Amino acid sequence: MHPVIALVAQRFVLGLLLLFAASALIFAGTMILPGDVAQSILGQSATPEALENMRRELGLNEPALQRYFSWLFNALQGDLGTALTNGRDIAESISKRLGNTLFLAFWAALISVPLAIFLGLLAVRYKDRWPDKLISAVTLASISIPEFLIGYVLMFFISVRLGWFPSVAMVNDSMSILERLNAIALPVTVLTLVVLAHMMRMTRAAILNVMQSAYIETAELKGLSSFKVIYRHAFPNAIAPIVNVVMLNLAYLVVGVVVIEVVFVYPGMGQYLVDHVSKRDVPVVQACGLIFAAVYIGLNMLADIISILANPRLRHPK
Amino acid sequence: MSEPLLKVRDLKIGATIFPPGEKPRDIEIVHGVSFDLERGKVLGLIGESGAGKSTIGLASMAYGRGGVKLTGGEVWVNGRDILQSKLGDIRALRGAEVTYVSQSAAASFNPAKKIMEQVIEAAVEQKKFSRNEAEARARTLFAKLGLPDPDNIGDRYPHQVSGGQLQRCMTALALCPEPDLVVFDEPTTALDVTTQIDVLMAIKEAIKDTGVAALYITHDLAVVAQVSDDIMVLRMGDMVEYGSVDQIINNPQEEYTKALVSVRSIEHEEKTPNSDPVLKVDGISARYKGLTHDVLSNVSVELHPGQTLAVVGESGSGKSTLARVITGLLPPRAGEISFAGRTLSPELAGRSRDDLRELQMIYQMADTAMNPRQTVGTIIGRPLEFYFGLRGAEKRKRVIELLDEIELGEKFLDRYPAELSGGQKQRVCIARALAAKPKLIICDEVTSALDPLVADGILKLLLNLQKAEDVAYLFITHDLATVRAISDTIAVMYQGNLQRYGSKSEVLSPPFDDYTDLLLSSVPEMRLGWLESVVANRKMESAGN
Repeated sequence: MHPVIALVAQRFVLGLLLLFAASALIFAGTMILPGDVAQSILGQSATPEALENMRRELGLNEPALQRYFSWLFNALQGDLGTALTNGRDIAESISKRLGNTLFLAFWAALISVPLAIFLGLLAVRYKDRWPDKLISAVTLASISIPEFLIGYVLMFFISVRLGWFPSVAMVNDSMSILERLNAIALPVTVLTLVVLAHMMRMTRAAILNVMQSAYIETAELKGLSSFKVIYRHAFPNAIAPIVNVVMLNLAYLVVGVVVIEVVFVYPGMGQYLVDHVSKRDVPVVQACGLIFAAVYIGLNMLADIISILANPRLRHPK
Repeated sequence: MSEPLLKVRDLKIGATIFPPGEKPRDIEIVHGVSFDLERGKVLGLIGESGAGKSTIGLASMAYGRGGVKLTGGEVWVNGRDILQSKLGDIRALRGAEVTYVSQSAAASFNPAKKIMEQVIEAAVEQKKFSRNEAEARARTLFAKLGLPDPDNIGDRYPHQVSGGQLQRCMTALALCPEPDLVVFDEPTTALDVTTQIDVLMAIKEAIKDTGVAALYITHDLAVVAQVSDDIMVLRMGDMVEYGSVDQIINNPQEEYTKALVSVRSIEHEEKTPNSDPVLKVDGISARYKGLTHDVLSNVSVELHPGQTLAVVGESGSGKSTLARVITGLLPPRAGEISFAGRTLSPELAGRSRDDLRELQMIYQMADTAMNPRQTVGTIIGRPLEFYFGLRGAEKRKRVIELLDEIELGEKFLDRYPAELSGGQKQRVCIARALAAKPKLIICDEVTSALDPLVADGILKLLLNLQKAEDVAYLFITHDLATVRAISDTIAVMYQGNLQRYGSKSEVLSPPFDDYTDLLLSSVPEMRLGWLESVVANRKMESAGN
């Protein structure tokens, strides 16, 4: 068997194991949360009998291990249970929310990843000159300011003062794709600003590291222009670290957008999670946690696999 | 006479250095060098490290490596002064009119791209040839340079071919755009002697066939004598001597050139075994984790007190693995090691402090074998403290004694490794090994990274110390001249096996086995026409066998 297949398979299995462990952690974590679901559903005035009946109905009296495995097996079959607060099917509610979150993340990634890599290449090309310093300063500033602040500032200037884009990113099924894009313009901008710096700086550092190599001198002595040297000879050897940081940021775009979704009232996973945490709706919190963990682990696994595939020594053994 | 292809006049090259704890300052590393190179001729630039030879070579492409700046003079290529040219014009010259072959092809090929892609890149980029023409030309060059499977080798990645093959690919890369001038910067230095000959011959024939001119940079006068028409001897940025090959080799005028020509003249009388061996390696086999074949198979050698056993062979022959087994870093699969009359534990963890003390090591790269943040006094004092519990004035006194023994003296006590030259660093490593009062020192390629004259000094020091301290050396090297200079017993290794073993006079006297013969005949000799004669003889032999 080709050694790369073995390595990739190994990463895949490790990813699954990790996801399994994460699911156990999520379940255990929600178990030790203070409060009682039955109590929070029935309210302070519930009688002990009513509480007991409620617990039995929800299966809360079963041993924890048994509840964990039945939850896990149901989740694997796509059944995430029903929300305690409104009795709706969680999978159904989440799928729409997740779709919205992925829509936002997709556009933010589509803009930020190429932009970050391009800016990184540009910073290397003009290392220690003003374009490099400008790029570094601006991206560093944008990552240092809290994202909700950037969000409100943009809202104030762009939507309130200039009136270019709506300040609230409400989307619904009846909107066309252009209307949706118009609605999410501001949150996408904020997300781009937040993830840009990290990816751009890593691209710059990874390529600068490669630029020390002897084969870069060979390329320069072939009379290639600086930009060709960078993207043809340095960039392919810097892919592994760049992909890793890109994937971390993509994961952040899905998992970490809670604040932005709340700021722009965007109907995504983050808001859904925040709503139900405040209502102590444990099954929803668990389901969201599981999905976030899956996204995180999946993207990082993808980064590992791309790094393996980017290594010619592994791809083409002797 | 027509204008020479390359005309260098009063070339001055500077650099900015950053001494520790001081302000950066500019220094001059080449002080006004002038020479001419006619079309189709080969000029050898020779000198020790720091002589400025690579810097001058790169200046012919208007390139300054790192912080190097071309500060003055003229470099005329094809009738224009490239130091006055604009960057765009210089780029048009690089990879088209002048090309470069570096010392380490392994590092100079981009690991992420196929060989063909890189070989034709300059020719295509500079619009000298179309992609198809360039590929055809590259395949012709691969064949001419004696590469196996020239039609398909370009589809491989650099890590899929051997070091010697890659060095030939690098030569093809340089010749592909049909340049007027190729700068060869130590193209065979990183190769084994046996491989060096083939690459050298391939380069020489390629130069002859294509009629290209070349600057051939090396520290090895014997090598440059085989390929050059003229030789320029450089030292610390100054020209020492400049003349035809014949004159430089057979009739050197300057003292420094004479020293270079007569280097490696250490006479060492072979000692006979006098008592029980200090080290007895018996039937050792070893392999690394994950390998399915032995890297060492059934190796047995002996070493007597106060004597030197030279272990010689190409890279991959298992000589460094033998050292790892003896030091306990790699427990063997079979066999036994006895040292000073006792059997050594195969595992490092099972060895006593005396075992560790009496068996010391000196490494090839003195640079990386010392903590850059410790002074020489601390470095040498550490084993004194660790093994003998010396402290304070007592320790200091002993460190100074050791510094005197390695001919450096007390003034080096407070210096940091960065403030030492390569040879001085290696001397400090020797003192550190000696501080433990060892019975045996394993010397792993200790002179390979040093210039010939400096290496000679280290060898002489080692021999004197052996006489004074009665210490035995296990001397690992690929360099047969070093072996001749220092050994009493020789073990020739080939692919993990002991090929030939015996006293120096036995091993170095005929009749030879094929491999030892190949190894001995591959050592460059300081005479004109040596390369052709050895290749001719080798061909006859391989036909006969």
